[in-house]
Amino acid sequence: MKLIDLVKVLDAQIIYGHEFLDREVLSACGSDMMSDVLAFVKGQAVLLTGLVNSQVVRTAEMVDMNCIVFVRGKVPDEGIIELAKSCEIVLMRTEMEMFTSCGLLYSKGLRGGSGK
Amino acid sequence: MSSLQLHFDVDGEDFTRAGEASGSIKRTLKELGLTPDIIRNVAISVYEGEINMVIHANGGMIDCEVLPDVINVLLRDSGPGIADISLAMQEGYSTAPDNVRDLGFGAGMGLPNIKKYTDEMEIYSTPGVGTTIRLKVYIK
Repeated sequence: MKLIDLVKVLDAQIIYGHEFLDREVLSACGSDMMSDVLAFVKGQAVLLTGLVNSQVVRTAEMVDMNCIVFVRGKVPDEGIIELAKSCEIVLMRTEMEMFTSCGLLYSKGLRGGSGK
Repeated sequence: MSSLQLHFDVDGEDFTRAGEASGSIKRTLKELGLTPDIIRNVAISVYEGEINMVIHANGGMIDCEVLPDVINVLLRDSGPGIADISLAMQEGYSTAPDNVRDLGFGAGMGLPNIKKYTDEMEIYSTPGVGTTIRLKVYIK
């Protein structure tokens, strides 16, 4: 799945990173707890979260994720967007809830990780 | 490759800036051409340490030394210290306040994560004096 497909499935709004929407992604992780993301993510490219602060971007940066989807209509502030730009991490937001977002993406072929 | 030393002072006042040092170390390791696994292991470990400094210790210092065969990291703070290190090393044990959990941390995974992603970890702490953590990630 490409990031542009993610936008369509989630009816998402792109906040930053239009130029990177042809990135291919195979797996994702949904969490509001960044400690868990740091502990269990390996290789997942997309982070879905309802948490909105700069540490979401930092966490994604540390584990090499290249797209963050803010669920439940959350809106990141300018500082978060600037940080994402500096790391070239695509930001998007959807009005959908976490469970619905993850379920839809899973049904379209996106998977979780091994957790190792 | 000769040795490379990096030093960072971590500001304990501003949660939004936590991770700046880790990000900078990560970029430097990338420029040095190290493998993604090694970069990721160091980045996550330093980031967890940096977050801990900001949450618990009002900041601290991070030193990172890159040698041909190993990356050494030294995390130092003058915070309240850890009374029971073996307890703090258990997954799920946390003394972080609720406001930290609201920020996505404080799940009691910080120190266990650091151990998980490094080849060697030594932790020294004296209550009321501070905490020092030494890490090694080998370049295989």
